[in-house]
Amino acid sequence: MGPQRIERDILIDAPVEVVWAVVTEPEHISGWFSDSVELDLRPDGRAVLHWDEHGSVQGRVERVEPPHFFSFRWVVHPDSDLAEDNSTLVEFSLRAEGGSTRLTVVESGFQDLAGPDDEKQGHFDSHRRGWELELGDLDDYLRQRTQTPADR
Amino acid sequence: MSPVAAEADELWSAVADPTRRRVIAALLDRGEATATMLAGELPVTRQAVDKHLAVLNRAGLVERRRRGREVRHAVRPQRLDTATRSMAQVAAEWDARMAAIRRIAESAARERREEHTTQEAKR
Repeated sequence: MGPQRIERDILIDAPVEVVWAVVTEPEHISGWFSDSVELDLRPDGRAVLHWDEHGSVQGRVERVEPPHFFSFRWVVHPDSDLAEDNSTLVEFSLRAEGGSTRLTVVESGFQDLAGPDDEKQGHFDSHRRGWELELGDLDDYLRQRTQTPADR
Repeated sequence: MSPVAAEADELWSAVADPTRRRVIAALLDRGEATATMLAGELPVTRQAVDKHLAVLNRAGLVERRRRGREVRHAVRPQRLDTATRSMAQVAAEWDARMAAIRRIAESAARERREEHTTQEAKR
Protein backbone atom coordinates (compact mmCIF):
# COMPACT_ATOMS: atom_id res chain seq x y z
CA MET A 1 0.00 0.00 0.00
CA GLY A 2 1.00 3.62 -0.37
CA PRO A 3 3.25 5.04 2.31
CA GLN A 4 2.15 7.67 4.84
CA ARG A 5 5.40 9.46 4.28
CA ILE A 6 7.47 10.14 1.26
CA GLU A 7 11.24 10.10 1.44
CA ARG A 8 13.52 11.03 -1.43
CA ASP A 9 17.22 11.76 -1.58
CA ILE A 10 19.71 13.04 -4.08
CA LEU A 11 23.49 13.49 -4.19
CA ILE A 12 24.57 16.99 -5.18
CA ASP A 13 28.07 17.89 -6.29
CA ALA A 14 28.26 21.04 -4.17
CA PRO A 15 29.28 21.80 -0.57
CA VAL A 16 26.64 21.66 2.17
CA GLU A 17 26.67 25.47 2.60
CA VAL A 18 25.80 26.02 -1.04
CA VAL A 19 22.94 23.51 -0.95
CA TRP A 20 21.70 25.07 2.29
CA ALA A 21 21.52 28.46 0.58
CA VAL A 22 19.57 27.01 -2.36
CA VAL A 23 17.10 25.27 -0.04
CA THR A 24 16.50 28.22 2.31
CA GLU A 25 17.04 31.50 0.45
CA PRO A 26 13.96 32.98 -1.24
CA GLU A 27 15.81 34.03 -4.40
CA HIS A 28 16.88 30.41 -4.88
CA ILE A 29 13.62 28.84 -3.72
CA SER A 30 11.78 30.59 -6.54
CA GLY A 31 14.09 28.66 -8.89
CA TRP A 32 12.90 25.22 -7.78
CA PHE A 33 9.61 25.63 -5.98
CA SER A 34 7.02 28.43 -6.13
CA ASP A 35 7.17 31.47 -8.39
CA SER A 36 7.93 33.65 -5.40
CA VAL A 37 8.24 33.13 -1.67
CA GLU A 38 8.25 35.04 1.59
CA LEU A 39 10.17 33.22 4.28
CA ASP A 40 10.97 34.18 7.85
CA LEU A 41 13.69 31.63 8.47
CA ARG A 42 13.30 30.89 12.18
CA PRO A 43 11.07 28.56 14.23
CA ASP A 44 7.40 29.64 13.91
CA GLY A 45 8.44 32.00 11.13
CA ARG A 46 5.83 32.63 8.48
CA ALA A 47 6.21 31.24 4.99
CA VAL A 48 4.08 32.09 1.98
CA LEU A 49 4.63 30.28 -1.27
CA HIS A 50 3.09 31.99 -4.21
CA TRP A 51 2.28 30.51 -7.62
CA ASP A 52 1.08 32.92 -10.30
CA GLU A 53 -1.27 30.26 -11.62
CA HIS A 54 -2.50 28.63 -8.42
CA GLY A 55 -2.48 31.27 -5.71
CA SER A 56 -0.72 31.42 -2.36
CA VAL A 57 -0.02 28.64 0.06
CA GLN A 58 0.59 29.33 3.74
CA GLY A 59 3.38 27.66 5.64
CA ARG A 60 5.19 27.81 8.96
CA VAL A 61 8.85 27.17 9.69
CA GLU A 62 9.35 24.42 12.28
CA ARG A 63 13.08 23.81 12.81
CA VAL A 64 16.14 25.58 11.43
CA GLU A 65 19.59 24.14 12.12
CA PRO A 66 22.01 25.60 9.56
CA PRO A 67 23.39 24.06 7.47
CA HIS A 68 22.02 20.59 8.16
CA PHE A 69 18.30 20.65 8.90
CA PHE A 70 15.28 22.70 7.88
CA SER A 71 11.61 21.83 8.26
CA PHE A 72 8.29 23.54 7.61
CA ARG A 73 4.59 22.75 7.42
CA TRP A 74 2.55 23.76 4.40
CA VAL A 75 -1.13 23.82 3.73
CA VAL A 76 -2.68 21.40 1.28
CA HIS A 77 -5.13 23.88 -0.24
CA PRO A 78 -4.20 27.34 -1.51
CA ASP A 79 -5.62 30.36 0.24
CA SER A 80 -6.42 28.57 3.54
CA ASP A 81 -4.92 29.35 6.94
CA LEU A 82 -2.56 26.80 8.37
CA ALA A 83 -3.81 24.18 10.84
CA GLU A 84 -2.50 20.77 11.88
CA ASP A 85 -5.21 18.93 9.98
CA ASN A 86 -4.76 20.74 6.68
CA SER A 87 -0.99 20.72 6.37
CA THR A 88 1.89 18.31 5.94
CA LEU A 89 5.42 18.46 7.30
CA VAL A 90 8.42 18.77 4.98
CA GLU A 91 11.91 18.08 6.36
CA PHE A 92 15.15 18.72 4.55
CA SER A 93 18.37 17.08 5.80
CA LEU A 94 21.78 17.89 4.36
CA ARG A 95 24.79 15.68 4.99
CA ALA A 96 28.31 16.09 3.62
CA GLU A 97 29.64 13.17 1.59
CA GLY A 98 33.19 14.10 0.65
CA GLY A 99 32.88 17.45 -1.14
CA SER A 100 29.29 16.61 -2.12
CA THR A 101 26.01 16.83 -0.24
CA ARG A 102 23.38 14.20 0.32
CA LEU A 103 20.04 16.01 0.38
CA THR A 104 17.08 14.09 1.82
CA VAL A 105 13.49 15.31 1.88
CA VAL A 106 10.71 13.68 3.89
CA GLU A 107 7.09 14.77 3.57
CA SER A 108 4.78 13.32 6.22
CA GLY A 109 1.47 13.88 7.99
CA PHE A 110 -0.79 12.83 5.13
CA GLN A 111 -2.75 10.53 7.45
CA ASP A 112 -3.65 13.45 9.73
CA LEU A 113 -5.38 15.45 7.03
CA ALA A 114 -9.05 16.08 7.61
CA GLY A 115 -11.38 13.97 5.55
CA PRO A 116 -14.06 14.92 3.04
CA ASP A 117 -16.48 15.89 5.82
CA ASP A 118 -14.57 19.05 6.41
CA GLU A 119 -16.30 21.58 4.22
CA LYS A 120 -14.03 24.40 5.29
CA GLN A 121 -11.11 23.11 3.33
CA GLY A 122 -11.92 25.19 0.30
CA HIS A 123 -11.14 24.04 -3.17
CA PHE A 124 -8.87 21.15 -3.85
CA ASP A 125 -5.87 22.24 -5.85
CA SER A 126 -5.45 19.47 -8.31
CA HIS A 127 -2.19 20.71 -9.73
CA ARG A 128 0.10 21.63 -6.90
CA ARG A 129 0.04 18.57 -4.67
CA GLY A 130 -0.64 15.99 -7.28
CA TRP A 131 -2.95 13.90 -5.16
CA GLU A 132 -5.55 14.15 -7.77
CA LEU A 133 -6.80 11.21 -9.65
CA GLU A 134 -5.98 11.12 -13.27
CA LEU A 135 -8.99 12.86 -14.68
CA GLY A 136 -9.73 10.09 -17.16
CA ASP A 137 -9.78 7.50 -14.41
CA LEU A 138 -11.99 9.71 -12.33
CA ASP A 139 -14.46 10.13 -15.16
CA ASP A 140 -14.65 6.36 -15.55
CA TYR A 141 -15.08 5.94 -11.86
CA LEU A 142 -17.84 8.50 -11.58
CA ARG A 143 -19.63 7.00 -14.53
CA GLN A 144 -19.47 3.55 -12.95
CA ARG A 145 -20.80 4.85 -9.70
CA THR A 146 -23.68 6.75 -11.19
CA GLN A 147 -24.80 3.85 -13.37
CA THR A 148 -27.92 2.10 -12.18
CA PRO A 149 -27.58 -1.68 -11.74
CA ALA A 150 -29.72 -2.18 -14.85
CA ASP A 151 -27.10 -0.43 -16.98
CA ARG A 152 -24.37 -2.90 -16.09
CA MET B 1 -15.61 21.98 -3.11
CA SER B 2 -16.30 20.63 -6.58
CA PRO B 3 -17.67 17.08 -6.92
CA VAL B 4 -14.40 16.02 -8.57
CA ALA B 5 -12.40 17.41 -5.66
CA ALA B 6 -14.70 15.81 -3.10
CA GLU B 7 -14.23 12.44 -4.83
CA ALA B 8 -10.48 12.79 -4.82
CA ASP B 9 -10.49 13.77 -1.17
CA GLU B 10 -12.69 10.82 -0.30
CA LEU B 11 -10.32 8.40 -2.00
CA TRP B 12 -7.38 10.06 -0.35
CA SER B 13 -8.73 9.91 3.19
CA ALA B 14 -9.86 6.32 2.62
CA VAL B 15 -6.29 5.14 2.03
CA ALA B 16 -4.67 7.59 4.45
CA ASP B 17 -5.82 5.60 7.50
CA PRO B 18 -3.34 2.87 8.59
CA THR B 19 -6.02 0.40 9.77
CA ARG B 20 -7.81 0.72 6.47
CA ARG B 21 -4.59 0.00 4.68
CA ARG B 22 -4.26 -3.18 6.77
CA VAL B 23 -7.80 -4.13 5.81
CA ILE B 24 -6.85 -3.66 2.16
CA ALA B 25 -3.65 -5.70 2.61
CA ALA B 26 -5.59 -8.53 4.30
CA LEU B 27 -8.14 -8.52 1.48
CA LEU B 28 -5.40 -8.60 -1.13
CA ASP B 29 -3.84 -11.61 0.64
CA ARG B 30 -7.08 -13.55 0.76
CA GLY B 31 -8.69 -12.43 -2.47
CA GLU B 32 -11.94 -11.92 -0.59
CA ALA B 33 -13.03 -12.15 3.03
CA THR B 34 -15.98 -11.62 5.34
CA ALA B 35 -15.88 -8.90 7.99
CA THR B 36 -15.65 -11.63 10.64
CA MET B 37 -12.56 -13.13 9.00
CA LEU B 38 -10.95 -9.68 8.91
CA ALA B 39 -11.76 -9.01 12.56
CA GLY B 40 -10.08 -12.31 13.45
CA GLU B 41 -6.94 -11.26 11.63
CA LEU B 42 -6.64 -7.61 12.65
CA PRO B 43 -6.34 -6.12 16.12
CA VAL B 44 -9.69 -4.32 15.83
CA THR B 45 -13.28 -5.14 16.69
CA ARG B 46 -15.82 -6.47 14.24
CA GLN B 47 -17.68 -3.13 14.49
CA ALA B 48 -14.51 -1.25 13.58
CA VAL B 49 -13.96 -3.54 10.60
CA ASP B 50 -17.51 -2.80 9.43
CA LYS B 51 -16.87 0.92 9.72
CA HIS B 52 -13.63 0.76 7.76
CA LEU B 53 -15.21 -1.42 5.09
CA ALA B 54 -18.02 1.10 4.72
CA VAL B 55 -15.51 3.92 4.13
CA LEU B 56 -13.53 1.81 1.64
CA ASN B 57 -16.74 0.84 -0.09
CA ARG B 58 -17.86 4.45 -0.38
CA ALA B 59 -14.50 5.38 -1.90
CA GLY B 60 -14.93 2.57 -4.43
CA LEU B 61 -11.82 0.72 -3.22
CA VAL B 62 -13.64 -2.36 -1.96
CA GLU B 63 -16.72 -4.10 -3.30
CA ARG B 64 -19.23 -6.43 -1.67
CA ARG B 65 -19.91 -9.85 -3.13
CA ARG B 66 -22.78 -12.01 -1.98
CA ARG B 67 -21.85 -15.67 -1.54
CA GLY B 68 -24.97 -17.50 -0.47
CA ARG B 69 -25.81 -16.12 2.92
CA GLU B 70 -22.39 -14.53 3.36
CA VAL B 71 -21.19 -11.12 2.26
CA ARG B 72 -17.56 -11.13 1.20
CA HIS B 73 -15.45 -8.08 0.50
CA ALA B 74 -12.81 -7.71 -2.17
CA VAL B 75 -10.47 -4.99 -3.40
CA ARG B 76 -11.14 -3.32 -6.72
CA PRO B 77 -7.58 -3.33 -8.05
CA GLN B 78 -8.02 -0.62 -10.64
CA ARG B 79 -9.27 1.83 -8.07
CA LEU B 80 -6.48 0.94 -5.67
CA ASP B 81 -3.95 1.57 -8.39
CA THR B 82 -5.36 5.06 -8.86
CA ALA B 83 -5.01 5.76 -5.15
CA THR B 84 -1.42 4.57 -4.85
CA ARG B 85 -0.43 6.36 -8.02
CA SER B 86 -1.41 9.68 -6.47
CA MET B 87 1.20 9.11 -3.72
CA ALA B 88 3.73 8.19 -6.38
CA GLN B 89 3.01 11.52 -7.98
CA VAL B 90 3.80 13.44 -4.81
CA ALA B 91 7.14 11.59 -4.78
CA ALA B 92 7.72 12.41 -8.43
CA GLU B 93 7.12 16.09 -7.73
CA TRP B 94 9.79 16.04 -5.02
CA ASP B 95 12.17 14.31 -7.42
CA ALA B 96 11.64 17.12 -9.90
CA ARG B 97 12.16 19.79 -7.24
CA MET B 98 15.30 18.10 -5.96
CA ALA B 99 16.70 17.79 -9.45
CA ALA B 100 16.19 21.55 -9.78
CA ILE B 101 17.91 22.14 -6.41
CA ARG B 102 20.85 20.08 -7.65
CA ARG B 103 21.06 22.04 -10.89
CA ILE B 104 21.07 25.39 -9.06
CA ALA B 105 23.49 24.27 -6.33
CA GLU B 106 25.95 22.66 -8.73
CA SER B 107 26.04 25.70 -10.97
CA ALA B 108 26.55 27.96 -7.92
CA ALA B 109 29.36 25.68 -6.69
CA ARG B 110 30.97 25.75 -10.14
CA GLU B 111 30.88 29.55 -10.22
CA ARG B 112 32.45 29.63 -6.80
CA ARG B 113 35.26 27.29 -7.88
CA GLU B 114 35.88 29.31 -11.03
CA GLU B 115 36.08 32.56 -9.08
CA HIS B 116 38.51 30.87 -6.76
CA THR B 117 40.69 29.67 -9.65
CA THR B 118 40.67 33.14 -11.23
CA GLN B 119 41.75 34.69 -7.95
CA GLU B 120 44.51 32.09 -7.54
CA ALA B 121 45.71 32.80 -11.08
CA LYS B 122 45.91 36.53 -10.39
CA ARG B 123 48.25 36.01 -7.46
